[in-house]
Amino acid sequence: MKPKLAVWKFSSCDGCQLTLLDCEDELLDIAEAVDIAYFLEATRTQREGPYDISLVEGSISTAHEVERIREIRRDSRLLITIGACATAGGIQALRNTQDHDSLRASVYPSPQFIDALATSTPIADHVPVDYELRGCPIDKHQLIEAITALLKGRKPTLPDYSQCAECKLAGTACVMVTKGIPCLGPVTQGGCGNLCPSIGRGCYGCFGPKEGANTEALAQELAALGAGERTIRDLFGGFTAGAPAFAEERKRHDR
Amino acid sequence: MTDSTRIIQVDALARVEGEGRFKVKLDGDQVVQSEFSIFEPPRYFEGLLRGRSFRDAPDVTSRICGICPIAYIMGACLAMEDALGWEIPQPIVDLRRLIYCGEWIQSHVLHTHLLHAPDFLGLQDSIELAKSNRSLVEAGLSAKKTGNRVMEVIGGRSVHPVNTRVGGFYSAPAPEAIAALLPDLERGEAQSIAALDAFSGFDFPDLEVDYLFVALRHASEYPIAEGRIVSSSGLDIDVAAFPDHFVERQVPHSNALQGVTVDGQPYLVGPLARFNLNADRLPADILALAERAGLVPGCRNPFKSLLARQVETIYAFREAARLARAYVPPEPSFVDAPLRAGIGHGITEAPRGLCYHRYEVAEDGAIVSATIVPPTSQNQRQIELDLVSTVERFHKLDDDDLQWRCEQAIRNYDPCISCATHFLKLDVERA
Repeated sequence: MKPKLAVWKFSSCDGCQLTLLDCEDELLDIAEAVDIAYFLEATRTQREGPYDISLVEGSISTAHEVERIREIRRDSRLLITIGACATAGGIQALRNTQDHDSLRASVYPSPQFIDALATSTPIADHVPVDYELRGCPIDKHQLIEAITALLKGRKPTLPDYSQCAECKLAGTACVMVTKGIPCLGPVTQGGCGNLCPSIGRGCYGCFGPKEGANTEALAQELAALGAGERTIRDLFGGFTAGAPAFAEERKRHDR
Repeated sequence: MTDSTRIIQVDALARVEGEGRFKVKLDGDQVVQSEFSIFEPPRYFEGLLRGRSFRDAPDVTSRICGICPIAYIMGACLAMEDALGWEIPQPIVDLRRLIYCGEWIQSHVLHTHLLHAPDFLGLQDSIELAKSNRSLVEAGLSAKKTGNRVMEVIGGRSVHPVNTRVGGFYSAPAPEAIAALLPDLERGEAQSIAALDAFSGFDFPDLEVDYLFVALRHASEYPIAEGRIVSSSGLDIDVAAFPDHFVERQVPHSNALQGVTVDGQPYLVGPLARFNLNADRLPADILALAERAGLVPGCRNPFKSLLARQVETIYAFREAARLARAYVPPEPSFVDAPLRAGIGHGITEAPRGLCYHRYEVAEDGAIVSATIVPPTSQNQRQIELDLVSTVERFHKLDDDDLQWRCEQAIRNYDPCISCATHFLKLDVERA
């Protein structure tokens, strides 16, 4: 019997699960290799668990989502979180340091109708996660590697080096050294394909903090380049603002 | 609830972007309640933007939707440039139109081939469709890939491109990279014409709805990111006047605000509105293809939005090829002029329809307030009314078939629930 694959969505933009549909050359092969048992964005078919592989997009931001992720975990042999929302809480995790009631009232005229938690948190804060794919959005090649590896019963090979290392590998001149552009490359996990520095833009941290990231040293360097407190705060307060290393650094500049 | 009450409902609508449900309650052949709920959790983008730099708005708002990030990026850029009084040179405007064509292509083809077409054939999904008509699905995947490729070459990646910025682009793509797109763009147009032909043979449910169509209209081009706002009732206004004519209201059953005219009238945005209000801006041979396929200007059958989307796909391939042939790298690749305090408006035609941004910016470039009105919020009330029309028209179907017909009616809109805040729940309740 083919392994059962399920794709789940929590608070998110759909972009990471879209990445699966964007595997145009591989999609029909994937559909032959697995039984797509639940993937609401693509099919009406909804089969009961248990599932061999669950891909989970999005953060946990409502009480209902807290319940639902527990059920999905119980029904899944392997659970893989995909993207910045699922692995770090997403841009919406910026609410975690704000007053939720006033934020809600600033967007909705009748905030009492809006049912949401005061925080947006990653999936791993609620249930055990087997593997995580970083990125806002995830990288297509990493997704295919993860699915292929798991179908073959091996561990996916995923990058653990920094964005800085990607520049060195690609031969991209350092944007910070040569142009004085603020860049999170030294503290951000690689894997996007060196997108921003290669076009003369500083890395903005889509893939979240690399393990052991020295954010404080980078913040000092950014200040030395002339970046103001607000710039440093918002650079760490991006799409992976909820990741602990970035959240702490952001807090140091939020005044 | 009486014996004659029927409830048709779907708690988690499939083949749409985001989470939504619907519920329709019928008493005999009369609909007594119709609710289309977007209960995707709110993410408070407009609140999160306050206090950040104006430069962050395109990247942050692109995360509203992974399917149509360019719509948000461009709307935010145009609004900020309006607030700051920056003039954008034509080569940058043209490159923006080219990447926007890429987004129309990938978003439209995803919907027509993979999400909507299966409904017309009674199939669960495109995987089933591939079993019966593999070449149609493969052609769709190929066309979609080309749309994504346009976004990658110009934007760095197709979901949340990184090369766009207020004022233009971080760097201009090399002419060779743009020229290399041409063979695929030309093949894509041919594939899209063949797909339109295939779609024209579908059995379109017979339904006519009295719509108020609203779209951009440009002096000479089919509208994407420039033009005035026009409607089928004769409205013709500048983009900055949008808030004077259209408002959002909150309803208890939805996390998305619903758009209506200031008089409380629902209206329709998207491919069918664009086509009906701008058919004369299409090249004559593309309009002839539309008419041959059964899509005639003035069409009020929502199920034929599939054809409108496919006609626009053909146009987007043609337009992208034209822009690619004429491409000269903008030099410099972006405008960066002094800051000033101000209020700016930006409207573009997202694949799903008008998408409006308004920002107030302080002297130092900090965002004071942000308002974003996505297309699916504007269509939300009209979707509920379409459900009423659909159920009243097709109430003789059994519950399963009627439920599917209602789902299909919602998918006519290619609703982007992530955009609208974010879910769709479908219930049909019969008395």
